[in-house]
Amino acid sequence: MFKKVLSIILMLAMLSSLALTFTSCGGDDDDFKLGVILLHDEASTYDKNFIEAVERAKTQLGLSNDQVIYKKNIPESALCTEAADDLVDQGCDIIFADSFGHETFLLDSARKHPEVQFCHATGTMAHTAGVANFHNAFASIYEGRYLAGVAAGLKLNEMIADGEITAAQAKMGYVGAFTYAEVISGYTSFYLGAKSVCPTVTMEVQFTGSWYDELLERQAADTLIGRGCKLISQHADSMGAPSICETKGVPNVSYNGSTVSSCPNTFIISSKIDWTPYFVYICNAVKDGNAIDVDWTGTLTNGSVALSEVNTAAAAEGTQTKLDEVKAKLISGEIKVFDTTTFTVGGNPIAADHKADVDTDSAFTPDTDVVDGGAFLESKFRSAPYFDIRIDGITLLNEKF
Amino acid sequence: MKEFFKKLELPFHVVKRSTIPTWKAMLIRVIAVLAALLLCSVLSIFMINANPIKFLTTMLDGVFGSSRRIWKFAKDLSILLCIALAITPAFKMRFWNIGAEGQTLIGALAAVAVIVYLGDSLPEGVLLLLMLVAAVLIGAIWGGLPAVFKAIWGTNETLFTLMMNYVATGLVSYFLLLWTPSGSSVLGRLDKGHLPIIGHEYLLLIILVLALTALVFVYQKYTKQGYEISVVGESENTAKYIGINVRKVIIRTMLISGAICGFAGFLIVGALDHSVAVTSVGGMGFTAIMVSWLAKFNPLIMIGTSAFITFLDQGAAQITTTFNTDSSFPDMVVGIVLFFIIGCEFFIGYQLKLKSREEKSAAAATAEAAESKGGNE
Repeated sequence: MFKKVLSIILMLAMLSSLALTFTSCGGDDDDFKLGVILLHDEASTYDKNFIEAVERAKTQLGLSNDQVIYKKNIPESALCTEAADDLVDQGCDIIFADSFGHETFLLDSARKHPEVQFCHATGTMAHTAGVANFHNAFASIYEGRYLAGVAAGLKLNEMIADGEITAAQAKMGYVGAFTYAEVISGYTSFYLGAKSVCPTVTMEVQFTGSWYDELLERQAADTLIGRGCKLISQHADSMGAPSICETKGVPNVSYNGSTVSSCPNTFIISSKIDWTPYFVYICNAVKDGNAIDVDWTGTLTNGSVALSEVNTAAAAEGTQTKLDEVKAKLISGEIKVFDTTTFTVGGNPIAADHKADVDTDSAFTPDTDVVDGGAFLESKFRSAPYFDIRIDGITLLNEKF
Repeated sequence: MKEFFKKLELPFHVVKRSTIPTWKAMLIRVIAVLAALLLCSVLSIFMINANPIKFLTTMLDGVFGSSRRIWKFAKDLSILLCIALAITPAFKMRFWNIGAEGQTLIGALAAVAVIVYLGDSLPEGVLLLLMLVAAVLIGAIWGGLPAVFKAIWGTNETLFTLMMNYVATGLVSYFLLLWTPSGSSVLGRLDKGHLPIIGHEYLLLIILVLALTALVFVYQKYTKQGYEISVVGESENTAKYIGINVRKVIIRTMLISGAICGFAGFLIVGALDHSVAVTSVGGMGFTAIMVSWLAKFNPLIMIGTSAFITFLDQGAAQITTTFNTDSSFPDMVVGIVLFFIIGCEFFIGYQLKLKSREEKSAAAATAEAAESKGGNE
């Protein structure tokens, strides 16, 4: 029976493919096309952030619906290569993939199609792969985290001033996904931001070993609150941590977008990467025939590193004013997030010739001098974060994940 | 409430069919598929604002729209078929092996482990052979373990095989951490241990699975072991009575089942992903049960059922892309079609007979009598 069905289907397919060939001969005025490969769909805050950015870029550039093709729920496997190849067949000029694990599979497709540009968010290999049409991008999100940390520090200061806690009790909790540079760089900059205004602050980090696990994130936040953390932040994609904070009345600094609608009493601020500038940039580059940067870093200046509105119901007074001031100093370079005088490792500042693993190799050997002018230069030698130092003041409750 | 049901007289009887001509059974299935697709097309008007014809042509375009898509279709159906072939002997024996996901994943992990530890020191051919052996062996162990416990201590194989899936996933997570010192847990595509490409990059894989299909078909239908499997599946007591060593058959069959899963894992690593992740098998270990079941455990028919399910999946994915919806609508489509197919088995096994006029009036009289009796009480 199924073979019969199959043969009918095959017959229909041949007919329809004929019909499609005819219809697709119509041709657009502008035949530029962007293909977007997503790990999940709108249900994940991570992918939603990309979809929204593409839609904004689409409006800004005046692209039609036919000029952007989404491939959703593409796993980090050969299926990613297949999705990319299929997008090439559909005439895409740029193919973008949003997940770290897509990289090697996207690179495989890029090698096969040198005439198409491949752009990959959060990856690390473009600057060493030597494949001219393959590009990485990230943002200096550590600056956004630092600013969010300042808002957190101000909140702690307010709690100390109100006599709710003592200066020694100023402890924050952080829910992280993996002990991976992107997460370490994120929580460290957050901590340093808080410390810049609240010098006695300490922090505990609990890892979940997953980018998206609502229950685990919720439990991790609950554990941290139980251990006496007065404020929670997270680097994971679900509502787990923010929602438990709202239930327990603990202030929360969010990530990837405002959670104020679900957490009106505890949400302070959120930092996020806005990918719109990058999408506009790559589309314009290809349309104008310009080369795309091998490794593009979005910044506070070009609007890639963005902060949500401050929720005055939960944030300390004067937060916005202070943030504007610090932001201006970050942009001017007066404040450096990883200023080596502001943190220590085992009681000592890090060495002036400290090396980090920038060029990816299988052994992950530290290969590049990253300290210059009294600061660890994050996102300078490649866009994806490589700050992976465990600094004093931050306790990791479960070290390896 | 009780009275309501008494009053609710259906205008037909449900009668079990003793036999049904093959053409009639097929016709019922075809009608079911068409009805399901019709319903989906109508739903698509309301839910994603697409006209039904565009809906169907989009599905077809997603599966057969380019030669690359046709190859992908053939490749995906082969991998799914391979896992379905693995569970078929076990299911035929009424051993509910729902651990194919884990048996395949652990096979893939073993193959990758061979690449990671020996990839630099061995020539490609030897490496591939070792990958194959490692994957098949560990797959057999993963399948054999629950069988041993079932055969000797009578443990529940459904729970056991299911839990072995989680153990496999946990081991993959562990080794990914071990192999990625940066902490990203993403291994990426490895350069070593690639199966040779003959003609098209998927051709070898497809040929291997087709050969395996023939092998399993012959094994089940024409060998003594295949016969033993059917007998144990029909009745363990009968099997014992005619002198079949039931324990031995259970363990042997699950070793084979697990080994084929391991082989599928080897194919995923050697021919496709060249890597492993917790999502490498992507639920195919469970979908394979559907493939096997719908085909009544006949490996040749499974080519068709696997093709059908792959068609639904890929067609549905194309709908997400073309109409730019989230994935819940395509998931509904797949659900509706499968529901109709499974539902139509009822009409193959049973028959609805319209009641004659006398029967209806007789039933009405009984109901009325019952009602008036109830009223007197």
